[in-house]
Parts: sequence; C-alpha cells; structure tokens
Amino acid sequence: MEQLLQQVASGLANGAIYALLALALVMIFVSTNHINFAQGEMAMFSAFICWQFIDWGYPFWIALPATMLFSFTVGVLIERIILRPLHTAPLLSVVVVFIGLLAIFHSLAGAIWTHTIKPFPSPFPDVSFAGSGIIGFHQIGMILVSVGMLVLLFCFFRFTSLGLAMRAAALNATSARLVGINVDWMLALGWGLAATVGSVAGVLVAPVVYLEPNMMAGILLYGFAGALVGGISSPGGAVAGGFIVGVLENMVAYLGNQLERATGVYLIGNGEKLTVALLIVITVLTLKPSGLFGHVTVKRV
Amino acid sequence: MSNILEVKDLKAYYGPSQALHGISFSLVQGGITTLLGANGAGKTTTLRAICGMVRAEGSVLIDGEPVTGKPTEAVVRLGVGHVPEGRGTFTELSVEENLRVAAYTRRDRSAVARDLEMVFTYFPRLKERIAQQAGTLSGGEQQMLAISRALMLGPRLMLLDEPSFGLAPLIVQEIFRIMRRINEEAKVSMLLVEQNAALALELADHAYVLETGRVVMSGTSADVKSDEQIRKSYLGY
Amino acid sequence: MATTMTSDRPANNAERAAGAGLPAAQASVPKWIWLGVIIAALLPLAGGENGFISNFYFLQLSLMIVYSIAVLGLNLLTGFNGQISLGHGAFFAVGAYVTAILIDRYEMHYLATLPLAMLACFVIGYLFGLPALRLEGHYLALATFSLAIAVPQFLKYRHFEPFTHGVQGINIFKPDPPFGLPLSPDQWLYLIVLACAVVMFIVARNIVRSRMGRAMMAIRDQPLAADTMGINSARTKSITFGISALYVGLAGALHAIIFEFVSPDSFRFELSIAILVGAVIGGVATLSGAVVGGFFVQFIEKYADAATKWVTSTFHLPIHLEPWTIYGIVLILLMYIMPMGIAGGFGSLWRRIRLTG
Repeated sequence: MEQLLQQVASGLANGAIYALLALALVMIFVSTNHINFAQGEMAMFSAFICWQFIDWGYPFWIALPATMLFSFTVGVLIERIILRPLHTAPLLSVVVVFIGLLAIFHSLAGAIWTHTIKPFPSPFPDVSFAGSGIIGFHQIGMILVSVGMLVLLFCFFRFTSLGLAMRAAALNATSARLVGINVDWMLALGWGLAATVGSVAGVLVAPVVYLEPNMMAGILLYGFAGALVGGISSPGGAVAGGFIVGVLENMVAYLGNQLERATGVYLIGNGEKLTVALLIVITVLTLKPSGLFGHVTVKRV
Repeated sequence: MSNILEVKDLKAYYGPSQALHGISFSLVQGGITTLLGANGAGKTTTLRAICGMVRAEGSVLIDGEPVTGKPTEAVVRLGVGHVPEGRGTFTELSVEENLRVAAYTRRDRSAVARDLEMVFTYFPRLKERIAQQAGTLSGGEQQMLAISRALMLGPRLMLLDEPSFGLAPLIVQEIFRIMRRINEEAKVSMLLVEQNAALALELADHAYVLETGRVVMSGTSADVKSDEQIRKSYLGY
Repeated sequence: MATTMTSDRPANNAERAAGAGLPAAQASVPKWIWLGVIIAALLPLAGGENGFISNFYFLQLSLMIVYSIAVLGLNLLTGFNGQISLGHGAFFAVGAYVTAILIDRYEMHYLATLPLAMLACFVIGYLFGLPALRLEGHYLALATFSLAIAVPQFLKYRHFEPFTHGVQGINIFKPDPPFGLPLSPDQWLYLIVLACAVVMFIVARNIVRSRMGRAMMAIRDQPLAADTMGINSARTKSITFGISALYVGLAGALHAIIFEFVSPDSFRFELSIAILVGAVIGGVATLSGAVVGGFFVQFIEKYADAATKWVTSTFHLPIHLEPWTIYGIVLILLMYIMPMGIAGGFGSLWRRIRLTG
C-alpha cells in the first residue's frame, strides 16, 4: 500500500511538471495554431540559465525569477523576430523553424555548459515528508510551485484586462483587432508567458533528472501526452491531462512491477514509460483528438 | 458640420483581384449613411477597407485624419466601432467579458462604467444574460452584443455590416429603433451596410448605391427611395 | 482559435508545399544524369588498394547515397504528399534491425535481407499511416515527433533482447565481393548501394509521374477537394506512408551493412531530424533534392564537427560552438530565403531563366 501511495505521489509530482509543459504547449497552440517542438529544449536551456545564476552565487529564489524573466524575454523575441514573418508561411516551413530552434537551444546548451551531467540543487530540503517515506520535500515543492504558478496564471487570464485581451486575441484575432487590441503583441506576450512556464518546469525537474542537454526530450513527450489527453485547445484540460499522465505512467509501471512479482513475467515497467507515452499520444490522436476537455473545431470549407 | 468620414477614390483588393474601383463618399458628423447594393457589390469590402482589413489604396479620412494603410487596431483606436458581418462575437467569452474586452483600450474608468450603463439601458436583455457564454445567445441577442461591443469603444463612428442578417423582423425593428436612439442620444455617426434596402433607407439620411465596386447612385434617402430604378431593383415595387 | 471572415489569399499551389514548383519537370531525367551514374559506377576502377580513391572515401560515398535514399523516401511523403513526418528515423531503425537480425541470427544472405527489410517497413509504415492519415498537419508532426523520441527506449524492450541484444547491439560483417572480383568490400558495397539508389530513384520518378503521383500531389495541394475528385485520399496517404517507410527502411538496412553495427542509441531522434533537415535543404518536392539532401545528412554526421571547430578557432569564440547550432540557424534562414531548398531554388531559377531566355 505504501508503495502504491509513493507511486501516486511521485506521479503527481511528475504530473506537475507535465502539466506545466502541457500548459506552455497549449498556450502557444491556442494563440498561434502551432506546436512548439522546441519547448523541451527551451525549458532545458532555462534550467541551465538558472544553474548558472546559482553557480554565480545567487540564492535559488533570486535565480528562479531572474531565469523566468530571461525566458520571458527570449520567448517574446522569438515570436517577434523569428516567427512573426512566417505567419502566412506553409506549415512545413514553420515546423522546420521550430526544429531549427530546437537544434539551436540543444546545442548551445551543450556548447556553453558542456554535456557533463551536473547535479542541480533543489531549493527544498532533502528530507522525506514527516519521515513517512511516501513523498519527498522536493516532490511536494514541485507540486506546490506548479500549482501556485497555475493559479497565478489562471487569475491573470481570468481577472486582468490584459489577460482578457490575450484570450480574445487567441480566440478571434480579427474581432480582437476590431476592439483595438494589438494582436501581434498579444501573441508575443503569449509566447513569453509560455516560455516562462516552460522554464519553471525545467528548473523544477532538473534536481530530479540531473542537468544535461538531453534531459527534456522524454519529458516533452509526456508533456505532449498530457496536452493531448486534456485537450490541446484547453489550458485547464492540459493541466489536468499533465497530472493524469503523470499518475498513469507510474500506475502502469507499478502494475507491471506487481505483475512481475506475482507471476515472474515481465511485461512492462519503468523502461517502457516513453513507449506508453507514445501509445497515449497515438491513441488520443486517433480516437479523440480533442482530448477530454477540448473542443473540435469545425473546418469551414 | 464637418465630415466624420471622407472617402476619396478608394480601391480595394483581395489578393490580385480588385473589389473596389475607386469609390468616393462622405458622412456628415452625426449622420447616418447607408451603402446599398446587391451581393458582391463591394459594400462589406468598403467597411473592411476603412478599417484596414484588406489591401486598399486611396484616401480615407476619419475626422480629417488619414487612415489608409494603418493597421486595424490603430483605426479602431481613432474611435471607429466596426460591427462586422457575422457579428464577430467572442463566442467562448461571457457577455460581460465581451463588453469588458472592448473597453481594453480606454483609460477613463468612469466613462467606461457610464457606457456600460448606457448599453444596458439600450439592451436590457444583455444585462439579464450578463454571465452567459456569448455563443449561447440567440441571433438577435448576439447582434445586440456586437453593437454594444462597438459602443463600449466609445466610438465617434460606427460601421455596421448587415445588422439585419438572419434575424426575425420584429427583432430587426427593435434593433434599428435602438440604433436611431444611439445615433441621436450618444451622437454616434453611422455607416450602415444593408441588403434590406427598405429598412436602411428608413433609418439613414443619405444613401449610396454600389454596383460591382463602383458608386452608381447617391443622394438623400428620400431621393433614392423614390427613384424608379432603385424601387424596381432593390425595393421590389 | 483565430477565425478569418474572408479568405483573401487565393489558394496558391506554389505556397502549399515548400518547393512544389513543377514536380513533373523535376522528374524528367536529363541525359547527363545517366552519364553521372555511369561515371560513378566506374569509380571503383580508380580506387582500390593502389588507386587514388581510398576505401574511406568509398565508405563516405556509400553513406551519402544511403542517406539520399532515406531523404528520397521522406520527400515522397512530405514533399509530394504533404504529410509532415518528424519520425522517419523509426523506419530507418526497423530496416537496420531487420537486416541485422536476419544476418546475425538467421545467417541470411545480406542481399536477401533487403527486400524483407523493405517489406517490413512498408507494412509498418502503412499500418502507422492508417490512423495517421486522419491527422492534420501539426498533429501528424506531433505524432511522428513522439515516435522519434520513443524509438531508442522501445528498441531496448526486454523481450526483444534475444533478437536485438539490447543496448549492446548487433555486430555484423561487411560482405566480401562475390565471384572473387578484385574489389574491396567497401568498393563492392558502394556498387550495391549505387545500384539500389538508381533503381529506387527510377521507381520514385515513375511513381511521381503516374496516376498515383498525381493523386499524391492533389492531396497535398487541395486536401479537402481531393476526395471529391474521386481520389481515395485515405488509401493514397497510407500507401504513400508505406512507400516512404520502405525507402527509409532500405536505407537503414544498407546503413547497417555498411556500418556493421546497430544499437538502440544509433537511432535517437536526432536521426529523424537529420533526415528532415537533409530533405528540406535539398528540396522536399524534388527528386534531385534527395541527392543534395543525402550529401547534407552525411555532412551533418561527419564533417560538421570539423567545420564548426574551424569556425570557433577562426573567430576566437569563447565557447565550443557545436554544429547543430549552425544547422539550426541555417535552417531558419533557409526558410526565409530559399524555402524550396537548394534543388528547388535552383530549379525555379533555372525555369525562370529558360522562360525568359
């Protein structure tokens, strides 16, 4: 029982990261109709930036906001300078540009900080919660910081006029212009926010998986799965999807372990998590592309 | 009395094809002018050209200020409220959010609050449905919301694209009555595009008739209404 | 999501696929290409133990040609049929492993493994294409990208290990030339690879020019209208996926034989991206672009490191610049300047010259 609780707790903690990534993906998808394939590498790069601030002697809770600001700026610049001129370009061109960004972030991280695996200091004490051994402080921290971030964003979009303007710009760009909203800047801000959200995900997960340029590729896949499960057009859905995928992947591995223990047959375990994520992606896309909470857009011919 | 809107030799293009071939007209401050014409005559295109939504050449002056080539949001900020074809409501936002977002560019909070009250006086039905998702409103209510959204901009000029479209006659009459009130009480000038010529000529003081991107007739509503050709082609008698 | 009230962009075929141009014109084979092929085939005579083209260069050429076949496969799917795949490395892996396992475990003749590798990839590609065909542009890219990420871990699955030997991989050996021909194994393989490439290019050209090819391109250019024109969109897309996978699988199989080794980590998602990069730089909707693309993939693998080191030292950069940074920048710039890729760009330039001159 204790192991099951551990798996659920750890699943929720991982899910928090996937939720953040899924949200970042959905934010960009909803406003620009594109999937940011470079999201994982951008988050990884941000984690390195944070590491650098810490390495220079700044405390974690200064480094993190600085990193978030840096990521926000980079996100805005990417949208304004690189992506804006491609608004009417064919899909393949845009996808290729995202791949280009992916390549740049990945290799720049390796170039600047080398490919040596680095430990990343966690801001949370390295002690198991109440000595129960079910969940560690860092995992609680992951959940709390993620949820806190999500709540902040929700309030921003729901209760501020800028947030409302951004939502309007994403929902109906033409109508947004007709009420005087500068849609182009809204898109840029959306990108900046998405990049910031991604950076938090990267920083939170780095202590767990250790900092190196390859750290986010698999996690991005979980982010995709979460976004799809929840509904890639629904920010709330994406968050829910992230948590669902986190718990689900741990449950599958746990059940596989139990099966092996009971029957000696190894069917599935920790080594198949990425494949499970892939299956989730394909299943959702095939059966219900709009996910649990998204809506299907009817294409006008 | 100056012209709130002056259009000279306006040409507009959809890609390589030309939709407007140099039309000219003007709208006096406080007046209501209507653009009539069959489908495809260029009426909607004219409104879009004024707002910078399509590629255009020529001169468009809003209260003396040239706007050709300016992006849509810049034209809007000069005080132009465009109620587009199809209403353009943010269907996933609530009624309140639709109205709030229109006030995004305004700084004067008390003026915004006053305008909101004014909107509810004109359209009490919207106040009832204030928390409802805009997409679930009836056609007539959505039109009211669209007009209200334009009003929340605090505009000097409103462009209305086929407000009667798809609505039951009673609702249309109600809306047109309110439009007259808005024009008289809030002093908002209006440029009205309508296929329903009878209704339009009743509301407007001046009319221009468009055919395939050109102005073929202009005059006061009375003159246009009594014109033989117009009666046969557009008024059906 | 943004809605537009009017479409003021006329459907422009040339805008729809990077490098659409006139694929039929690209598919005609000028005489000088045959000349080039013959010269290429005769190269081994100039090489060998005492020749001035060393085995190493034959190896490089072979790999370049192999990647051309892979890029050609991706071109058929993405350039001619408009389906964006970021995961073709998966089929490369399947082809490589099928060949390696058949040679290693079942001691099959290497040439016999090739059709089997191609068949396996066709089937898997077709099956993958079935659910995939309902996915619009970015969803398909997403699904295939996910595939690319998951491949190495999938290959390490415990129950495959009797066949795949897990992370240790499979070692096979380059075949000796038959009939005691006076060629080195590298030269012989080069000829095999060249022969395969010529055959596959001719087949591709025939596909592109056939009814099937026109159906593929119709689906790319007017996806909604294609069905109304009597084209079985679903079937065409799945078959194209299968054919594309077949090509890449063949490339993977040949690569395994040349490299003499396969392992799960040889097929990380960088491979899928490298094939896409090659296709895009070469020109996605052209056949000749595949040759350029193949060259680029090989360049990415082999020479970029040296080039970047040169750049780093010449400009006294404070960091050890890596090749993929330059690729990323080049890719992005290319999408602005020459979205149709090198072959596509030159193709349209050539056509413009011919029309005006």
